[in-house]
Amino acid sequence: MAWFRRKKEGIRTKTEDKKEIPDGLWNHCKRCKNSVTSKEHKANKYVCLSCDYHDRISAQQYFEILYDNEQYEELFADLAPVDVLNFSDKRPYKKRLELAQDKTKKKDALQVGFGKMNGIPLVTAAMDFKFIGGSMGAVVGQKIALAIDHAIAQKAPFLIISKSGGARMMESAFSLMQMAKTAAKLTQLSEAKLPFISLLTDPTTGGVSASFAMLGDMNIAEPNALIGFAGPRVIRETIKRDLPEGFQTSEFLLEHGFLDLIVERENLKEKLTELYSHMI
Amino acid sequence: MIFLDFERPIADIYDRIVQLEEIGNAEDIDVSPAIAELKEKLEQKKQEIYGTLSRWQKVQLSRHPERPYTLFYIENMCSSFTELHGDRQHGDDKAIVGGFGSLDGRSVMMIGHQKGVDTKSRQYRNFGMANPEGYRKALRLMKLAEKFNKPIICLIDTPGAYPGIEAEQRGQAEAIARNLYEMVNLKVPIICAVIGEGASGGALGIGVGNRILMLENTWYSVISPESCSSILWGNWEHKEQAAEQLQLTAEDMKRFGLVDTIVPEPLGGAHHDALLMADTLKNQLIATLDELAELSDNELRDQRINKFSSMGHYEVMS
Repeated sequence: MAWFRRKKEGIRTKTEDKKEIPDGLWNHCKRCKNSVTSKEHKANKYVCLSCDYHDRISAQQYFEILYDNEQYEELFADLAPVDVLNFSDKRPYKKRLELAQDKTKKKDALQVGFGKMNGIPLVTAAMDFKFIGGSMGAVVGQKIALAIDHAIAQKAPFLIISKSGGARMMESAFSLMQMAKTAAKLTQLSEAKLPFISLLTDPTTGGVSASFAMLGDMNIAEPNALIGFAGPRVIRETIKRDLPEGFQTSEFLLEHGFLDLIVERENLKEKLTELYSHMI
Repeated sequence: MIFLDFERPIADIYDRIVQLEEIGNAEDIDVSPAIAELKEKLEQKKQEIYGTLSRWQKVQLSRHPERPYTLFYIENMCSSFTELHGDRQHGDDKAIVGGFGSLDGRSVMMIGHQKGVDTKSRQYRNFGMANPEGYRKALRLMKLAEKFNKPIICLIDTPGAYPGIEAEQRGQAEAIARNLYEMVNLKVPIICAVIGEGASGGALGIGVGNRILMLENTWYSVISPESCSSILWGNWEHKEQAAEQLQLTAEDMKRFGLVDTIVPEPLGGAHHDALLMADTLKNQLIATLDELAELSDNELRDQRINKFSSMGHYEVMS
């Protein structure tokens, strides 16, 4: 005879209801280790109350922060990657995709949301860093392309939230060409005179920073995000000396003229609303 | 001539021919039958080795130290050429060159990455790794060409955009991104040809064209095989395997529909007969210019948008 019997069958949380940050009771800040309840952490938009560290959050969490009453429609969610090259390093790309899909419950590293932000219709393409480092392959490129088409069809402003290590190696030249593809599509958005704000978050590097992320009508960033073309390790190995303090942070880019402004996540929704209001 | 590791058997036969010729010159012995036999063997060996190059061997050929670079092609393809310097903002990048040239009697804007030919000039050219001002100079020259309705030819040959502190300060990412965007919009024909290495954003930064050509023994990829090996395997030892996985040769790229034309090289690589190579490339460029000459401003732009928008595979899964 068993010691106990399960009264309810199985795990009943719907997979799409799971958050990237585990819904444990406590959240420990990755930078200062300060602990707050997960509820408080969410209420503070996943920013540390003690040190202002902006936690890396998912596309879905950004959608919930930005869209009125957390109401939005997810678009093109059925687009899935294909391993055209049959790529394999230590582990096959197919396996990496499966693991990432299991972990994130998403098919690839970018999601598109459409809804209203303070009443303004807005198409948002946001990246999920937990999906193979937010890397850009053909699905990411195609979803950005479709999101731009949707913005044009709906005459809606466009937002991309970047959070990516760059192009996805396992799709080789196909991923490289997504840089040109997204840039090409942005020329169409521009021709339709629709505003595009690029929000760069921690981290935004490589082929993502060297394409759509730097092509906003306005480029804005969250505080203290790592933003650059080459990663710090590559630069250190190339020049064989240490990098200066604060190098490749949002503040560094603002200082050198590549960002319009830095926005605290707390103010993100209101600031975006204000900025778009000047361009629509 | 410098031989690569895998060319050793060819080099050995060359050496023996040279030795025999020396003997023939010094002494009164008829060495011609022996030499003829060796030459036949040499041809066989060349066919055997160059006919079955692995992807990594093609990468090695694309970096061969005697390979012709942009300025060599320009000098040998154009009846006149004047280099134009500077981005008008920061400086003159030596890793990207450009200027008006005369190709088959027509004015074209020639732009390309430039590598050095010896230790000193390699440093001077920063090994073909451009800084942001290189990409901005290229864009300035492209806009100049557009203003006077002249076609643009970009020759790609870079191990990557330079990863340095100043490059980041001056906005390497922005410079490349801007070029992608602006090249889509230009109102004149753009032809890009990979003549050596096509590494990542550094290559694509002058690579958005109506037609993309690749010389036979070149590569084009999101990352070099060495860096790919370093990131995915944790060391540089798997570069050959990385090259195989990345499928980065001209043949691969053509098969994927990511480039339009493969330009054949002389047996053994472009450096085996650089003048012939320049001539072949020139003819291909002229033919491609002719193809594009009929298109209007808008058709050229739409063609580039459609071309790059259709790149990439995905599936719809519910």
